[in-house]
Amino acid sequence: MSYVHLKNVTKRFGDVVAVNNLTMEIEKGECFSMLGPSGCGKTTTLRMIAGFEDLDEGEIAVGERVFSSSAKRYYLPPEKRDFGMVFQAFAVWPHLNVFDNVAFPLQIRNLSRADIAERAKLALRHTGLDKYERSYPNELSSGQKQRIALARAIAINPTVMLLDEPLSNLDPKLREEMRFEIKDLQRKFGFTIIFVTHDQSEAMALSDRILVMRDGVVQQVDSPINIYTKPANRFIFSFIGLSNFLPVVFRNGSAFIEGAEDAGPIAGTIPADRGNDRMLLACRPSEIDLQKDGGVRALVKRKVYLGDIIDYRVMVGDTEVRVQKSRRSPSFSEGESCCLRFSQMHWYPHEDS
Amino acid sequence: MIGRLLKRLSIAEVLLALSVLVLVVVVAVPVFLIFWTALFVDGSMNIDDIVKILSEPDTYEALKNSIVIAAGVTVCSTILGVFFAWLVSRTDLPFKNTMKLLFLVPFMLPSFIGALAWKMLLSPYSGYINKFLMNTFDLADPPFDIFTLWGIIAVETMYLFPFVFIQVSGALERMDPTLEESARISGAGLLTITRRITLPLMLPSIGAGALLVALYSLAHFGVPAILGNEVGIYIIPTKIYEKLHQSAGSFTAIRTGTILASILVISAGLILWAQSAILKSGRFQVIAGKSMRPMLLKLRGLKYPLLLVSVIYLAVTVLLPTATIFLVGGLKTYGLELTMENMTLDNLKYILFEWQMTKDSIWNSFYLSLAAAFVTMLVGTLISYVIVKMKIRGKFILEFLGVLPFSVPGTVIALGVILTWSGKFGINIYNTAWIIFVAYIARYMAFSLKSNSAALEQVHDSLEEAARACGATHWQALKDIVIPLIKPGMVAAFFLIFLPALRELTTSVLLYGPTTRTIGVAIYTLNEDGETVYAATLASVALVIIVIGHFLIKRVTRTSNEGV
Repeated sequence: MSYVHLKNVTKRFGDVVAVNNLTMEIEKGECFSMLGPSGCGKTTTLRMIAGFEDLDEGEIAVGERVFSSSAKRYYLPPEKRDFGMVFQAFAVWPHLNVFDNVAFPLQIRNLSRADIAERAKLALRHTGLDKYERSYPNELSSGQKQRIALARAIAINPTVMLLDEPLSNLDPKLREEMRFEIKDLQRKFGFTIIFVTHDQSEAMALSDRILVMRDGVVQQVDSPINIYTKPANRFIFSFIGLSNFLPVVFRNGSAFIEGAEDAGPIAGTIPADRGNDRMLLACRPSEIDLQKDGGVRALVKRKVYLGDIIDYRVMVGDTEVRVQKSRRSPSFSEGESCCLRFSQMHWYPHEDS
Repeated sequence: MIGRLLKRLSIAEVLLALSVLVLVVVVAVPVFLIFWTALFVDGSMNIDDIVKILSEPDTYEALKNSIVIAAGVTVCSTILGVFFAWLVSRTDLPFKNTMKLLFLVPFMLPSFIGALAWKMLLSPYSGYINKFLMNTFDLADPPFDIFTLWGIIAVETMYLFPFVFIQVSGALERMDPTLEESARISGAGLLTITRRITLPLMLPSIGAGALLVALYSLAHFGVPAILGNEVGIYIIPTKIYEKLHQSAGSFTAIRTGTILASILVISAGLILWAQSAILKSGRFQVIAGKSMRPMLLKLRGLKYPLLLVSVIYLAVTVLLPTATIFLVGGLKTYGLELTMENMTLDNLKYILFEWQMTKDSIWNSFYLSLAAAFVTMLVGTLISYVIVKMKIRGKFILEFLGVLPFSVPGTVIALGVILTWSGKFGINIYNTAWIIFVAYIARYMAFSLKSNSAALEQVHDSLEEAARACGATHWQALKDIVIPLIKPGMVAAFFLIFLPALRELTTSVLLYGPTTRTIGVAIYTLNEDGETVYAATLASVALVIIVIGHFLIKRVTRTSNEGV
């Protein structure tokens, strides 16, 4: 039974359609992320759910209750929605100390002093801030500031938590740490997370399901593994992880890299629908094997050590292919010839056709 | 020998020495002499005498009035400034952007011209508004009296509140909107957010603006002189003026002046120190992250009433006084009805082409402002460069001296240059235009330093270092890289000095000689001599010049900014 519903939501800013006819259903207790390049409409969608933006078309409901509806011209203001929200720039109030920051939403709800103290302290304990109750935000690190924002959001024990790129302002190490903490908090408190990010690994690590957006239009909604292994289109394939796109022609039931037919055919299953006998083969650098023989013949042009991984650029005719192999697999040197074997192939229509 | 010495000095040391020299001669010596004269009589410290002078009824009264007026103006300007700033940046007031520009117009109007206009409108028996009200409602007594402490406070507030307005509306716009949004998602309504989040976060900006108002009204000469001197209300700057004028430069008068001036310098220093302390505390850092549109309070039914209030406020404080100046300036004689038959252009012809005194004053103001703006801009660039960019020993002296111009009010500078340049050190330029020129450099050095250092801080050190690495000498790097990059800052500095200098009164009123009146001084003395109509005519000429000046600057700074 889904909990947060968006039905045919459209939002325009002047002539620009920021979000185009978006429908999505989010389960209770789910961690749902919206992923996409900047300007794709994901933040606008989150702000519509929060109530900071109104809708040009469509409806947003949580549980049985309608929160925004363009048809009924009804908008529940953000302060009445009882959400928790964490912003990219932390948005902790510099004039209040850590305790008062976290206690603010509780004070607004006119709880008793004892209740406020108890619940604020609980939130602080869960975010590891109990030592800093009396500190001011400017005395703390950016990771601690983001913890204040998290504590403030969980203090009211919300059913839905909105996260607007909450990790982007942190350094990479801290970012990974905070991912786990957010996940832990969700397990303890059981809230639903709606998470906006442009970082695919963040979305992968945190989410039960990912929605990929581009130019205000939904591209795919799926589990992280399916988004990675079964991308619905070329855009998603290139947005998630590293990618090669190789133009391919079909001759006599075999596939060849365009302009390098004498390098030999590509082994493996060839799609039934071959368009105009020309297609694009998409594959990840890590899903290509480098071998002594057996496969498409190529030449190693450049070889770079990236620590655990070796990054090769190999040439098939005039086409460059990127291959990444583990340090432990057999190594080739620059100028050496080799053979390519594609283990995971995705086929997309050729750009020209 | 000198040649060899010069060769041994690096360009850095020469620049440092030059900057220190200018600041010492132009600013430090005058201020030092004021403190020295105030504290020492015949070479020995004399505190008793200072206490005695301060407890004399008239000096004591002036001190008290200064505090009352500064406090009153500060409170009123803060309330008005914060309210209007909030109105244009946090509500859905119609024509917001236009209104925002209009609220800055009072800045353009010289406040002593405003005071002159209000005197014509609200002086007890001859003011036009008073006369009109008395006739219409058959009143025996005039309802308003502008020659009071309250009158002075009201008029100064009208022209000083933009200080608060600019600070607060700027801060509201730069503030990270998610600070308010996160309060909203926490469950707080707009009123709670304003009270508990927005206002507290704005406190440093409000405080900074308020302190600026306090500083100006404490040091301001024009309004209290025009509205207070006639009825014996004096504040520190006008008291210094009165002492100096009455006694024709006697030592006791100068000494009283220096004691009062010392008090001004110290309070100005304290105010500026408080201001930087407020602004420095990181607890109020509110600028961050990506900017979204801030949420706006829907005024609903109050939308047009509040617009009307703002428009009426601007009409009363800007349009009405300006119109009064132009109308009275065209009258055949002061006191006539403001009707078409009583108007003439002869006044204008007389002051522009016939009367030597007014002709001189316009010319004096022009060339003094131009020269002072040009020299101060160049010297300020040099000093800022040493302060911001150079790493050499002895820089701290310059940093200390560089702060000095900010805290020295115009009256104090005038008194200081009198002490320094009337023969004490072998140079006597008293009663010449030179003394005003020197005083202007000291007075406006702060503007130049501010604008130039801001520009220089934008130029990253590596840009100059890259030029050096490419083989340029220090001088070539300066000429080809740094100066072209800070040119907009220099142009801004020039105009920041030229325009206020054009309408200057506070300093030049203490320094003018028979042929060296500036426009401000000429308007002031004409008014003092009872030539109200000519004062108004000259004031209208001044207003036209100022408006044209502002218009030109807008165009020049726009094109020079596009160049970068």
